[in-house]
Amino acid sequence: MFLIVEARFLAPDVKLLRVQAPLIARKRKAGQFVILRVHDHGERIPLTIADSDPVAGTITIVVQGVGKTTKMLNLKSAGDSICDVVGPLGLPSHVEKFGTVVVIGGGLGTAIAYPTAKAFRQADNHVISIIGGRNRQFVILEEEVRAISNELFVTTDDGSYAEKGFVTDQLAALIAAGRKLDLVLAIGPIPMMRAVAEVTRPHGIKTVVSLNPIMVDGTGMCGGCRVIVGGKPQFACVDGPEFDAHQVDFQILIQRNAMYRDMERKALDQLLQPPAPAVSAGKDAQCPDGDPCRFVEKVPELAGVWKTGA
Amino acid sequence: MHNPIPPKERMKIHRQLMPEQPPLERARNFVEVNRGLDVALAQEEARRCLTCKTQHCFSACPVGVQVRDFIDLVVAGDYLGAAAKIREDNVLPAVTGRVCPQEKQCEGSCILSARGESVAIGYLERFVADYERSVGKVGLPARAPLTGKKVAVVGSGPAGLSCAGDLVLKGHDVTVLEALHEIGGVLVYGIPEFRLPKQIVRDEVENLRLMGVEFRTNVVVGRTVTVDELLGEEGYHAVFVATGAGLPMFLNIPGEHLCGVYSANEFLTRVNLMKANEFPAYDNPIYDCRGKDVAVFGAGNTAMDAVRTSLRLGAKCASIVYRRSEKEMPARAEEVHHAKDEGVQFQMLTNPLEFLGDEKGWLTGVRLQRMELGAPDKSGRRSPVAIEGSEHVLPIHVAIIAIGNKGNPLVQSTTPDLATTRNGYIVADAEKLKTSKPGVFAGGDIVTGGATVILAMGAGRKAAKAIHEYLQSGIW
Repeated sequence: MFLIVEARFLAPDVKLLRVQAPLIARKRKAGQFVILRVHDHGERIPLTIADSDPVAGTITIVVQGVGKTTKMLNLKSAGDSICDVVGPLGLPSHVEKFGTVVVIGGGLGTAIAYPTAKAFRQADNHVISIIGGRNRQFVILEEEVRAISNELFVTTDDGSYAEKGFVTDQLAALIAAGRKLDLVLAIGPIPMMRAVAEVTRPHGIKTVVSLNPIMVDGTGMCGGCRVIVGGKPQFACVDGPEFDAHQVDFQILIQRNAMYRDMERKALDQLLQPPAPAVSAGKDAQCPDGDPCRFVEKVPELAGVWKTGA
Repeated sequence: MHNPIPPKERMKIHRQLMPEQPPLERARNFVEVNRGLDVALAQEEARRCLTCKTQHCFSACPVGVQVRDFIDLVVAGDYLGAAAKIREDNVLPAVTGRVCPQEKQCEGSCILSARGESVAIGYLERFVADYERSVGKVGLPARAPLTGKKVAVVGSGPAGLSCAGDLVLKGHDVTVLEALHEIGGVLVYGIPEFRLPKQIVRDEVENLRLMGVEFRTNVVVGRTVTVDELLGEEGYHAVFVATGAGLPMFLNIPGEHLCGVYSANEFLTRVNLMKANEFPAYDNPIYDCRGKDVAVFGAGNTAMDAVRTSLRLGAKCASIVYRRSEKEMPARAEEVHHAKDEGVQFQMLTNPLEFLGDEKGWLTGVRLQRMELGAPDKSGRRSPVAIEGSEHVLPIHVAIIAIGNKGNPLVQSTTPDLATTRNGYIVADAEKLKTSKPGVFAGGDIVTGGATVILAMGAGRKAAKAIHEYLQSGIW
């Protein structure tokens, strides 16, 4: 069992968890991920390590609650634990002095891009960060990113905060302004990463993306995470997760990630079914007293779903 | 010897048949196919043993089980004694009694096999191990005084468990490191419940724990900790690498990325380790095979496991597609026979050319080509040659690729002075299992490539012996 020492929401349904995992904290480098299993009937899912503290023996993950497993993670509080956490997996980000590096984080992707941006800065790069979200609430870690960036641009799709528009608009503006960009790292939803690749491609700017295919073991054993890069299959867990954006077949990645959508929906519906999730999820994943109000209290953004479901 | 029957009479007794779940019933459930011998059947079978002076069965066993002597204890009715006798050489009798290719080893060398009816050594081994479990008394061998030497075993599959068991008995301090969340390696993620119930693996692991072996899950050697760190700051005196052949090979034909195309490793792991067959009680999903057409490419034991698993997940039609003929199939005879009884279709001399999919990226079929056998290749098997104009399409929803594995690179790529072969396997000498790196031994599939549980266990034993010698002498 892996103890959660800190848990707080960064945005609706986006939670930061700091977890006791000394072996992983000691070894982890920017860009690597863990695979975790929330409870003993759980699935194994990969999550990028957002930060680590080798002295305290903790790693930080940021989770967006979209399916059953991530929602259950978001139900966790400090003092709860996670059944299994293994890592650090995957190859670390390739960090060296490139010159001017643009780091783009979309929504949750900001949390994943942050450690690599920090490493780029420590390697003496000029770091331009562009972070964005659907609206103000989904712009996360702004202060943390600002602290390690030479320049920071913030966008929201709806203009509710900072610049209205997409992260790609800012990137295109930098290119149009004649800035010499040596590397772009883009992490976020697949359509965003694909859009970034298309912005930089005509200019021949080296662009790296971090991919999030479905995985089981995370050690190269199952091959479920294969992605097509440069026309060839690569295993994201051992060959990645970072790849050359201009070589990635994003369409196939989108299709493969949708493979279990119906079942994921079913599992989530079952979790959200009042009065208590009908799964043996371990005591701390459920309301201790079975009171649906407590459940909603723990995950405020479920309140709407709750009412319509009931 | 306890057998009262004169040898001539013994030869008149026919080999007992293994009671099985009826084929069409078992093809739809995950309960174990073979039910095991009862006491009466076991007695009858044990009395067939001729108690030969020259024990070919013993010599043919990769771990050297004293077959004649344990069978004699069965005849005497001392089933716990028989179990203890097996355990002197084999830490996983309930496992090997189920999954060993006995026909190629002990039973294949049995003097009676000349008449086509060798003693059912596998059935008896299983009987003895199950008896022991049913009465809850395990004849665990005694442990030698502690030596103060620490050994790390990387991987908890058959090679690792066997090595750990032997080393702990010699008094060494043994820690098994496992990347997954459960102990057992291929025994838990690869071999299906209907061939090897997982509770048996858990029980055997528990026995090793009682013997003093320490197990740690969620540790990926090469990532969480490196071999150099194990030998350095972690204070281990020797390391045994038994990581298995865990990097699945694909066919490298178009369309392999389509949804519905699995490696056998993934398909089996989702069901065996993650219990996807019990979704949604377990969270991990798998393609809903109910009423669907499934094709498995390859004809080894893993292919048989995958195709039979797909039937149990509700597949309407489950086929083995193999480019050679039935004679060349590497699977155990019993597995092929079981698969046929359960209704698996065998499409021999057929080679896949391309997977076909719809606009959403889902598999719809496979383009196949008929083959004929030509001249023998390097492996001595006649190599398949395509027949012109024989291309055709087989509509399928699920394709499972079971054509073998390459060496998993995590340990090798993080241990620079560990020599490897072109296929990514670790180089180790055949007798001592020493690698190019002092203090590091390797065995099982990561050295030989995909083989059997018992060969891996044999390698684990050899390694344990060599590691013990090394720890005693300090000489590499």
